[in-house]
Amino acid sequence: MALSEEARARLAEDAAQIIGRYPRSRSALLPLLHLVQSEEGYVSQDGIEFCAEQLGLAEAEVTAVTSFYTMYKRQPVGEYHVGVCTNSLCAVMGGDAIFADLKDHLDIGNDETTADGKVSLEHLECNAACDYAPVVMVNWEFFDNMTPSSARELVDGLRSGADVSPTRGAPRLCSWRQASRILAGFPDGQATGGHTAGEATLAGLVAAREHGWTPGGPGHD
Amino acid sequence: MTSVLTPELSAHWDDADSFTLAGYRRVGGYQALPKALAMQPDQVIGVLKDSALRGRGGAGFPTGVKWGFIPQGDGKPHYLVVNADESEPGACKDMPTLLANPHALVEGIAIAGYAFRASHAFIYVRGEVLHVVRRLQHAVQEAIEAGYLGSKILGTDFSLEVIVHAGAGAYICGEETALLDSLEGYRGQPRLKPPFPAIAGLYACPTVVNNVESIATVPYIINHGAAEFASYGTEKSKGFGLFSLSGHVTRPGQYEAPLGTTLRELLELAGGIRAGHQLKFWTPGGSSTPLFTDQHLDVPLDYESVQAAGSMLGTRSIQLFDDTTCVVRVVLRWIEFYQHESCGKCTPCREGSYWVVQLLDQLEQGTGNESDLDKLLDICDNITGRAFCALGDSIQPSVSSSIKFFRDEYLRHLRHGGCPFNPAASTLFSMDAAR
Repeated sequence: MALSEEARARLAEDAAQIIGRYPRSRSALLPLLHLVQSEEGYVSQDGIEFCAEQLGLAEAEVTAVTSFYTMYKRQPVGEYHVGVCTNSLCAVMGGDAIFADLKDHLDIGNDETTADGKVSLEHLECNAACDYAPVVMVNWEFFDNMTPSSARELVDGLRSGADVSPTRGAPRLCSWRQASRILAGFPDGQATGGHTAGEATLAGLVAAREHGWTPGGPGHD
Repeated sequence: MTSVLTPELSAHWDDADSFTLAGYRRVGGYQALPKALAMQPDQVIGVLKDSALRGRGGAGFPTGVKWGFIPQGDGKPHYLVVNADESEPGACKDMPTLLANPHALVEGIAIAGYAFRASHAFIYVRGEVLHVVRRLQHAVQEAIEAGYLGSKILGTDFSLEVIVHAGAGAYICGEETALLDSLEGYRGQPRLKPPFPAIAGLYACPTVVNNVESIATVPYIINHGAAEFASYGTEKSKGFGLFSLSGHVTRPGQYEAPLGTTLRELLELAGGIRAGHQLKFWTPGGSSTPLFTDQHLDVPLDYESVQAAGSMLGTRSIQLFDDTTCVVRVVLRWIEFYQHESCGKCTPCREGSYWVVQLLDQLEQGTGNESDLDKLLDICDNITGRAFCALGDSIQPSVSSSIKFFRDEYLRHLRHGGCPFNPAASTLFSMDAAR
């Protein structure tokens, strides 16, 4: 895949904005890699060359950074990238069973994409949602308390184009490329929608209220 | 009866608009910032020192002391970097905090920046949490528009630029010097210390790296005073914090309580271990802390007591496993994680994690032998204290403690010729119903 002249010119404007946020330009490299990923769906050789050019770096320097971070994909992934946490706690609570089931159901392996290009699958390390185990992520949105059957329904919905909403996240699930653009620092306007706190997030607060242990909160006297 | 739980940071997380500027202000938010700005910067540092707040990212270093290390009048820019790269297996407190109340962090950033005279603050948030990133971007924008961030904050001469910076998937970037390298646009590999970040941090300038919860606690301390904060907790572990319960517990979640609370007290509020089962082992502070068992239910969860009992408080990430769980499987998976996340810079961690995984894997499959247990302990001994950063030191605790408490379970794998446990029994769903 090649970056067109039109795309380069458009991305260069975004890149200038990203670089302008930082006291030193090289700090913009991670967001720039998210940016080129938002254009092509992965970090291509063209994308690496683009980043190197914007920052005055050698392509080898950019490649070395790209290969260090797991979120940068060197080959295309699906429109919906599905990650199943298989770190110890999620694995034991059911993540291993979910991951095995999804591989079977989608007939793909780890780091592979369905033939229709809709769904790719990856096993993840801990995604900081252990109190909602087992956890599945789609384009980095939380799908909490999953089971093999709910995970199957989820990927079937993604493949058929059904409305799929995260358990805790934006109202509308965005595509892999759109997600990468948000990570590059260009919001999609969904910040005020969606979920704030699930049941586990509020478990302590609810228990405290049941016992009459009332908090102050900031500014109370 | 005294309160076991003290929801302060989490007090309003169920308000529909808790994450907005309006929602935060309605419950008293942004009252601490003008109070701080009316004080001398050094006075603010003094309040933090008096509060005895210890860093909530795991190491427990006093936050005010850290701020005080920043040399003043040195002519260099000073930087605040918030570590929002929460990735330690078991740790799940900062992400819900940021989803529900990012403004507590933003207000804390403004106060901290004023105190040690920072020009820029960076929020280094892990990339794999899209809605958290959105909420942070939104909160920073709202705060700039309201005059709480940016130039001439609330009409004073103090200015602070805040940048939300999304990481790209690397656990090691939670280590503060690796985080700084990553933020500078490099591979996230740790630096040799000294010099410490307070002297030569981001761009070789004086830098404070603080955890989300530490900074989000700052507005409370300024509002209520150091003495009130320090009235919670124990003699050396002051204040309150989030305890994150996960795993085989009836009501997993975030429980905000004074340091020194016991797991027995927390478990009672969380409905106990799931019905029909017994607690087998747990981590007090995530996967890098030695395991505890049901003998440790009454250990006060403060830095000193947990250490005296043989583990570490860490990030108060309490992962609970019941009697259906194979401890070898759990430990193997954690060490596979450390192997995967080892940055490769130093040999003990890079090679050691590989060999520990090989041995654990053989034991789990029942193909190793008893002397492998001694070999495991020996390799671990040769990693701990010899690695470049704390990631290497995270390998030994679960391995050693699991052999100490469950040596016979390792041997049962050898006698059984494989894992004697049924993984289906450990899941939180019925495997029959799930099919």
